[in-house]
Amino acid sequence: MASPVISVSNLGKRYYLSHEKRTDTLRDSLTQKFRQLGRRLAGGAAAVPEGEEFWALRDVSFDVQQGDVIGIIGRNGAGKSTLLKLLSRITEPTAGRAVIRGRVASLLEVGTGFHPELSGRENIFLNGAILGMSRLEITRKFDEIVAFAEVDRFLDTQVKHYSSGMYVRLAFSVAAHLEPEILIVDEVLAVGDAQFQKKCLGKMGEVARTSGRTIIFVSHNTAALQAICRTGLWLQQGRVVQAGPMSECLSAYLASGNEAATFVPTNTTKPHITSITLDRAVLAAGKLRISVGFKSPFPLSCPVVGITLQSRHGQPLAGSNGRMMGENWKPPALSEGVITAEIDRLPLHSDTYRASVYLGDAMQDYDQKLDALEFDFISPHFYPESPPLHVIGQLDLPWRWSVGSG
Amino acid sequence: MEKPDTPELILEAGRSSRHYWGDLWRYRELLGFLAWRDIKVRYKQTTLGVLWALIQPAVTLAVFTFIFGKLAGMPAGNVPYPLLVLCGLLPWQLFSAAFSNASGSLVANTHLISKVYFPRLIVPLSSVAVALIDFCVVLVLLTTLCLWWQFMPDWRIMLLPLFIVLTLVTAIGTGLWLTALTVKYRDFRFVVPFLLQVGLFLSPVGFSSTNLPNWRFVYSFNPMVGAIDGFRWCLLRGEPTLDPANLAVSIGMALLLLGSGLWYFRRTERTFADII
Repeated sequence: MASPVISVSNLGKRYYLSHEKRTDTLRDSLTQKFRQLGRRLAGGAAAVPEGEEFWALRDVSFDVQQGDVIGIIGRNGAGKSTLLKLLSRITEPTAGRAVIRGRVASLLEVGTGFHPELSGRENIFLNGAILGMSRLEITRKFDEIVAFAEVDRFLDTQVKHYSSGMYVRLAFSVAAHLEPEILIVDEVLAVGDAQFQKKCLGKMGEVARTSGRTIIFVSHNTAALQAICRTGLWLQQGRVVQAGPMSECLSAYLASGNEAATFVPTNTTKPHITSITLDRAVLAAGKLRISVGFKSPFPLSCPVVGITLQSRHGQPLAGSNGRMMGENWKPPALSEGVITAEIDRLPLHSDTYRASVYLGDAMQDYDQKLDALEFDFISPHFYPESPPLHVIGQLDLPWRWSVGSG
Repeated sequence: MEKPDTPELILEAGRSSRHYWGDLWRYRELLGFLAWRDIKVRYKQTTLGVLWALIQPAVTLAVFTFIFGKLAGMPAGNVPYPLLVLCGLLPWQLFSAAFSNASGSLVANTHLISKVYFPRLIVPLSSVAVALIDFCVVLVLLTTLCLWWQFMPDWRIMLLPLFIVLTLVTAIGTGLWLTALTVKYRDFRFVVPFLLQVGLFLSPVGFSSTNLPNWRFVYSFNPMVGAIDGFRWCLLRGEPTLDPANLAVSIGMALLLLGSGLWYFRRTERTFADII
């Protein structure tokens, strides 16, 4: 067997979260700054910065064979983007090593380096060069890129006058015509309309199948991952949880753990929320279960929890609370407890959502946690022909259609 | 492996790529494209366009001629005073534009640095191109003034490229220092205009350095003194004589700046994406 195209062993990346010391006067803060500056200039990069250390990636090892299409999954902050940044040489690892055999092109963002003042034609050349194409290569593929992006009429228009759809199409089109041996793609398909997304996925799948190119792909789009990737790599808190066939990784990932948040109260003389937990396994089955823990210095006569679900942009979609249930909500008086809300079929399309949580009693609210949770929901109902969500909205209502002959 | 020429790349902490200079060469087209982008965008949506490159030195020229030539009555030998000033302004403008562009270049290209790999040296190097274009525009002004006074430069003009290079080396050397420092400490953004202001007074732009006979050697530690004297020597028929020792000091200082600038840049380059 040939040696792997990419072999990663014990790779780690450490960042420092800076906590600045509290200073009371301008003079104090100035002297502190000067002392720091002097120390850093003298010690250079080797000096240990103050602050809490944080490993974005730790002890990550895996091999990628030539022609593999590997999908990386994990929640926000799991280290996916850091891994891609390390492999594309944008930043340097703190520990471990990676050996890469072949030319790498990475696409961490659509349209990196596009200049709004330049025309579409000029941006194709600029962006191509930034992604590592030679002028000759771009000239050769120019017509193909323009045709794929469907922007031929606007080639000599400044990009700042483009619609966002056209912009994304042009940018992705340049990237899709890269011919590296290894292609690294971050979540870039989340933008653009559904039809073009499909076209791009098709192009990526085709590239992977026909040219034996190696692709590393990060996405929250499980359908795309399943369609394109054979191998999966599941990251959690900077470590590899599971590596293997994509379908196994995905199902394990989707059913794993809980999305939870715990809170340290700022004011214990008032009833407050202590924890919010979202059951992942239940969510993977298309249902919702959120449990809210609370504590109160006095027994709450009628504890009430309110939950609002919002789109990823914060638009409220649906909300409810015990008070709205009227006579149906008759809890005992409690000074500590957990209230659970459930929906048997969550009528939402696949997307990222947020939830805000409120705590109160029959009369008033005491505590609120806005945007306390953010979660990816993968609907069990998959509509391949679905228009994008900004057109049809996030709600997946049980529509019934019928037809008559007039 | 089928292809024996596949490059093997090892990513490891503290390991500087063996291929760095090779990479720089491989990405030379990107350098061209970035320079072309900056030039293209520079005068977009301005009514006067390239004329701006002319207005600034023309006004400075008038003011300096008045202050140093008329008010202070400094000697200019047998050269029209405005020509003497312009021959000083020419390298100074090149230096100040190249230096300030290079200093701001990394922060201005944050989006590229945090999303794509390429040898970072390309960014400050390409930013110098705009300064060169403006320089060429001012050369046109010089030619016009020479024709006006019917002042013809002699064979020494052939050596002018050497002094253009000396100016650029100085600008890039200081620019590399400042741009790398600005990535981490944005304080240095405010240092650049200050340095330029002080530098203008510490360089013989509005007058000839022959006015400071006893200080010329010390003065030469400012590499721009060598560059400006050189420009005048080339363009004004060897008018202020060039002292080889002084010139050597200026060249040495410029090279020292470039060398140390490169060293600091290369040393901090690997962390740019993390802290920018």
